[in-house]
Amino acid sequence: MAIVLINGQEVEIGDDERLNGIQVAARVGVEVPHYCWHPGLSVVASCRMCLVETGKRDADSGEISMLPKLVPGCQTPARDGTVFVTDSEKVRQARAMVEEDLLIRHPVDCPICDKAGECHLQDYHFEHGRSERRADIKPFHSRRRELGDTVALFVDRCVMCTRCVRFTREVSGDAELMVVHRGAHEEIDVFPGFPLENKLSGNVVDLCPVGALGDLDFLYSQRVWFMKQHASVCAGCSTGCSIQVEENQDRIHRLKPRENPHINQWWMCDEGRYGWKYVHDNARCLAPRQKIEGVLQPLDWSDAPAALHAALTGEAGENSNSKNSPPKNSNSKKRRLAAVLSPFLTVEEAYLLATYIRQYDENAVLALGRIPQAGADESFPNGFTIRAEKCPNRRGVEMLLSALTGDVLSWESFLEQAAETPFDAVWISGGYPPADGNDAASKEEESLAPELLAGLASSTLIVQDLFASALWRQADIQLPGAAFVERSGSFVNAGNRLQSFEWAIRPPAGVMTEGQLYWRLLDRDGLYNARRVLEDVAREHIAFAAATSEIPATGVDLLLNQLV
Amino acid sequence: MQATDPDIRWVEPPKLGLGERMYLPLFLQGLTTTTKHLVSAKVTVSYPDQEPEINNPLIYRGVHRLNRDEQGRVKCVACFLCATACPAHCIDILGVESPWEDREKYPESFTIDELRCIFCGMCEQACPVDAIELTSLYNLTGRSREEMIFDKEKLLSVYDATKDKEPMKSAQLPPVTTPSATTSTATSTSPTEGGA
Ligand code: SF4
Ligand code: SF4
Ligand code: SF4
Ligand code: FES
Repeated sequence: MAIVLINGQEVEIGDDERLNGIQVAARVGVEVPHYCWHPGLSVVASCRMCLVETGKRDADSGEISMLPKLVPGCQTPARDGTVFVTDSEKVRQARAMVEEDLLIRHPVDCPICDKAGECHLQDYHFEHGRSERRADIKPFHSRRRELGDTVALFVDRCVMCTRCVRFTREVSGDAELMVVHRGAHEEIDVFPGFPLENKLSGNVVDLCPVGALGDLDFLYSQRVWFMKQHASVCAGCSTGCSIQVEENQDRIHRLKPRENPHINQWWMCDEGRYGWKYVHDNARCLAPRQKIEGVLQPLDWSDAPAALHAALTGEAGENSNSKNSPPKNSNSKKRRLAAVLSPFLTVEEAYLLATYIRQYDENAVLALGRIPQAGADESFPNGFTIRAEKCPNRRGVEMLLSALTGDVLSWESFLEQAAETPFDAVWISGGYPPADGNDAASKEEESLAPELLAGLASSTLIVQDLFASALWRQADIQLPGAAFVERSGSFVNAGNRLQSFEWAIRPPAGVMTEGQLYWRLLDRDGLYNARRVLEDVAREHIAFAAATSEIPATGVDLLLNQLV
Repeated sequence: MQATDPDIRWVEPPKLGLGERMYLPLFLQGLTTTTKHLVSAKVTVSYPDQEPEINNPLIYRGVHRLNRDEQGRVKCVACFLCATACPAHCIDILGVESPWEDREKYPESFTIDELRCIFCGMCEQACPVDAIELTSLYNLTGRSREEMIFDKEKLLSVYDATKDKEPMKSAQLPPVTTPSATTSTATSTSPTEGGA
């Protein structure tokens, strides 16, 4: 146990913890301003914003001897007896000088800078800077150049912290960015002909403490203070990065990574970052419909429970007087039902759908939905991995299926089974984004070749999805589904880590989220409550036991916690 | 706020003297005011037969206008500070990259719902480039609600119509002499900064 003194206050840190002055100070709520240091990057101690006084307390006599000079807190390790002073006059003056120096060359074009409102230069200047500018320099417009397809550099706004340079060297590994020129003429740039185009490029924008790097996708679309932040989980691949959805009035403007040491640290890939456009695509399915005598008719959500009941029981006429409760008397011929649980469903939704289908047929076949694949897993030097499996919850649905049926039936084997002995009714859940990123027209059809679907031709088909597909057109009941940012529930990522999240935006008019629909079909009271469902799942199935108590923001490891 | 809050200072009402407790002196005092106004010069005008005179257009808060820069382009840089300051949420801006070399961002569309506006003048105060101003046009009428939602063109035309009578206000303000004047506009995000 080591004891560190911060402004006279004793802080205990563990023996195996390697912390610097900034981190120890943060433990007791003391903020040491810093630009160049970032927990995920190497230390360069170049910005000098974190200068503090330091010294040592003698273990025996308790006497404190201070160093005469200021030292960068980011580079000073905290050991037993280390003393930090972060609020002395000397420190304050040093900060004011750094701020003044930075502002000498800064354009101060905050009104048109996208970072304004979340800019460290603004915040630190407000807190630590001088109240007036002594240099006789007027605000000017920053020079701008594009570093690649995703990022623009506003040259004069840069404070030369080199976080972005170190990121491309240490995390993404492509080292596209560099510092050109020397001294006051230093600038960030790319080598001619080698633009910034790695798959993690968007992260440099989040890393940049000032507005020097602008996200071309987000540029000028919204001032940051108008947006609300929601903790969520990326549905781009089975890594399941922790993210923050930033929206204003149910319109997403950007996604940002959320720190999670177990999954994505501080980063996310560009595919996920810009892969939300389909959520606002006009081609989304927006109205439930039902085939009556071969013709699609609009179906009202309030009539949906009865229609679904009729479809599953085979009772003709949707206005059969029976309530939408499952049949108690088994005099009617036993019907063979099946449900396909999509890897885009949350654990809770999959569980509710399975429960609903099993009310009608306790031996209903449950299968895992199609797993979209693209390329191969791709790992980066620091361990960040983009997975080939382009769905967020394959593990969650698989665990649920093996808990419910003792086996995991894949989409392909399910189709084979359906071709051998057709089912009476099949419910297929979806939520698949268009295969080609954000282009809705390219909704994947290849794995849904007609001969594959032939097995489903004689069944009553209930299809729930985001975009129209061959399957959707074949359906007897079409139910528009929700996108990941509109759902609440939990995803289990490829590493068996379960993360819970709440909806960030409301679905477009006409769409009912899967969770809410299943909740209603099961005749539960009030609104869909994912937490309550997860508690049920955790109680009933040992594989989810770790999810019994409140899920922390960084999720829980289902496998690890189960073994303990 | 609770009654026990330390920030509340409780004061005793002043004691009333005999003259104040009898109504008559106050009654007479009131009547004197009335009589004074009866005989003094009239200050009301019979609008619309007669137009009121605006003494100081600099501080009058009437219809908005969007100023133009020296090249005749909209001066606004689409910073959204007016929309942020507006307590009535009646300013709606769509900011995009500007088509001009020397400017980064400009408003593709800029609308003010004049019916929703409470004419507080906060937008004018917030603007770092003096692009939005309240003119002394007070007779604001329209036949429909839609007509009262002023778009960029209309706001610019208000400028064209009023610019001769009411030049841009920033040009009329006395020059600020403190050294901090150099930082005037863009650093106004820091409240300690002395802005012009
Ligand atoms: S562009 Fe941003 S991150 Fe890169 S050196 Fe400049 S201030 Fe730092
Ligand atoms: S005058 Fe006040 S209410 Fe009207 S637009 Fe300006 S800030 Fe909004
Ligand atoms: S404050 Fe001025 S520059 Fe900014 S958006 Fe409003 S009118 Fe335009
Ligand atoms: S953060 Fe320590 S010198 Fe930059």
